[in-house]
Amino acid sequence: MGRVLSGAEILLECLIEEGVHYIFGYPGGAILPTYDALSKYPQLHHVLVRHEQNAAHMADGFARATGRVGVAMATSGPGATNLVTGIATAMMDSSPIVCITGQVSRPVIGTDAFQEVDVTGVTLPITKHNYLVMDIHELADTIREAFYIARSGRPGPVLVDVPKDVQNEKIEWEYPTAPVKLPGYRPPAQASEPDVVAALELINNAKKPLILAGHGLMMSGATNEVRELAEKAQIPVALTLLGKGAMPEGHPLTIGMMGMHGVAASNLAIQEADLLIALGMRFDDRVTGNIKTYSPNSKKIHVDIDPSELNKNIQVDVAVAGDLRAVLAQLIPGVKSTAHSDWLNTIRDWQEDADEREILRRDTGERLLGAQVINDIWKFTGGDALVTTDVGQHQMLEAQYYPHIRPSTMITSGGLGTMGFGMPSAIGAKLGRPEEEVWAIVGDGGFQMTLQELATAVQEHVNINIAILNNGFLGMVRQWQELFHERRYNETHMFSPDFVKLAEAYGIPAMRVTKREQVEEAIAFARSHDGPTLIEFVVEKEDMVYPMVPSGADLDAMIRRPKPNEA
Amino acid sequence: MPENMSTKHTVVALVENQPGVLMRVTNLFRRRNFNIDSLSVGRTHRPQISRMTIVVDSARANAQRIMANLLKLVPVIDVANVGADLHVSRDLALVKVRSDDADSRNALTMIVERYPARIVDIGNLYAIVEITAQEDRVEQCIHELEPIGIVEMVRTGVVAMGRGARILDSSYERTAQPSTNGYHV
Repeated sequence: MGRVLSGAEILLECLIEEGVHYIFGYPGGAILPTYDALSKYPQLHHVLVRHEQNAAHMADGFARATGRVGVAMATSGPGATNLVTGIATAMMDSSPIVCITGQVSRPVIGTDAFQEVDVTGVTLPITKHNYLVMDIHELADTIREAFYIARSGRPGPVLVDVPKDVQNEKIEWEYPTAPVKLPGYRPPAQASEPDVVAALELINNAKKPLILAGHGLMMSGATNEVRELAEKAQIPVALTLLGKGAMPEGHPLTIGMMGMHGVAASNLAIQEADLLIALGMRFDDRVTGNIKTYSPNSKKIHVDIDPSELNKNIQVDVAVAGDLRAVLAQLIPGVKSTAHSDWLNTIRDWQEDADEREILRRDTGERLLGAQVINDIWKFTGGDALVTTDVGQHQMLEAQYYPHIRPSTMITSGGLGTMGFGMPSAIGAKLGRPEEEVWAIVGDGGFQMTLQELATAVQEHVNINIAILNNGFLGMVRQWQELFHERRYNETHMFSPDFVKLAEAYGIPAMRVTKREQVEEAIAFARSHDGPTLIEFVVEKEDMVYPMVPSGADLDAMIRRPKPNEA
Repeated sequence: MPENMSTKHTVVALVENQPGVLMRVTNLFRRRNFNIDSLSVGRTHRPQISRMTIVVDSARANAQRIMANLLKLVPVIDVANVGADLHVSRDLALVKVRSDDADSRNALTMIVERYPARIVDIGNLYAIVEITAQEDRVEQCIHELEPIGIVEMVRTGVVAMGRGARILDSSYERTAQPSTNGYHV
């Protein structure tokens, strides 16, 4: 015989069964029965956020840092709609989160009751799947399905909307042990034999092969396999933004990030290659530039767990729907050892050309540049921190100047490009991986979108280091205005509060840095404090991120920083 | 004779019979900017399974992309590109036309004889013609009825089924198994 439990208790017991410890959330009327039941389950730790969007970002940061499902909770109506940007962020970057929302009671659903919103309707296009639980007997299986769907296949957000009276209802209940039944949910696993043969044929005959390494490699746990493939056949590797960490940067075969602000050698290699091996990436427009002229001379192999990504943006020669770890294990034994020395030398020449243009090698006088700050953070954290970012120039500078060695140590909103993502996702990441040194590198614009979570960081005593690169502008938008709108800086110049005083108002130790020689000391200051710290780096106002492929331009039509003798 | 025009794809989906499935499917087509030409849904012989026949304008998407996106929807159990192989497809129209004089009634009778159509209701003012045929035959019939004077019309949209052993299995017990949806070009 089962125990008699309320829907709220069933919900929380199901979360515990899924291994949940942290719930990022915010209470309210329609979710109140569940908050009331929380005190019965000390194994659950609720993190009270200051805005529900950030609950989703924290769950997302937790999920990306740990590979486990993050959980966000909110009430009905505005609580639920506030989650939307966070859910869309997780959707675009395939991050496994489960959002639990309270809903008005069943008898008043559809009557425009107080704080009623059709949240399953609202989130339909931005969730992997969602549920409205209208029967308490379906609650437990729904939670189990939600977690299974969120973390399996191509991961993504799942929302479960639970009416208040379902949370209050009581039934005799035991945890169901039968496997969840999802007849229509069958993520692909392995490559078919003809696909393997066709892919090996291309790999073993390529003269100028290139691996495009994406986020999927880390989610599949295939980082060792991609390294083995690259080393066995001496294939260079270009990384997507979210693919940073899929292959160690600094490895002789890793070229660096590709795309709009990618390193020039990666983009040139893509255009010059005779074979692209795209692994767990999706040929986003920020990666391809003009698709009509993209990698014109190459055969293409694309492996992704989501069949709908294959032949979506770029037509490929071998399209494999499968789990990367399994597919690479199928491929590697058939890959012939090769040297590809001519091809690697060509790439090395491109890299040397880029070195000549490198801003870090120049005397920049009194000016403090974002690139210098991020490179110093890299240096003084031993290149081994877990870094989250916002969106914009500082994000691209992080991608360029903070090489990551280990998987899942760079967390950023790539697909949706959500400003304000950096700091809350750092809180989630730090709680998920407390042993990591966590830095949130943010801009003055994005930080002001979610800075209310400073209070959460203090309340939970989360040891994160916040580095604000303050250039007084929405820097990336300003860069576009400079390049494409004749320097008409409409509405990108931005007033900011005194960030140091602001931090102090929250009781957060803070420093302001305006000169290069203060950078090291400030980083040491941040690292020496337990709990959150904040450093404001006042950087060059009108700095540019190079190289840049203008939107829709050919990938090799990069705007480069001039060499010193050309400037 | 081809069963459908080459500019269209006829895709069949077996879906779990639960609230919101139709919305998920139509939302997908809207979001991906695939144009739905017609969509019809109905129960199957298994009460928990419904079957949809979706005719899509192919200008923006190939059948492979449409099917891969449909299969991503959790309640979609299976999908087939029925239009790509031998199949039977039917559209049904009810057409209300003028029947208030001898000419119109004679014309009606003659047209109906040449199509898989019949007059299912006739009065002093109006008659209802039912036609069940391939979509292009339905179109032709309607075209012929037009001069008589159509006052009202309804169509079900195309339903389709593969011929012979081309069976879309609706067994509910089909459980998770590896399947590659990849293909060579």
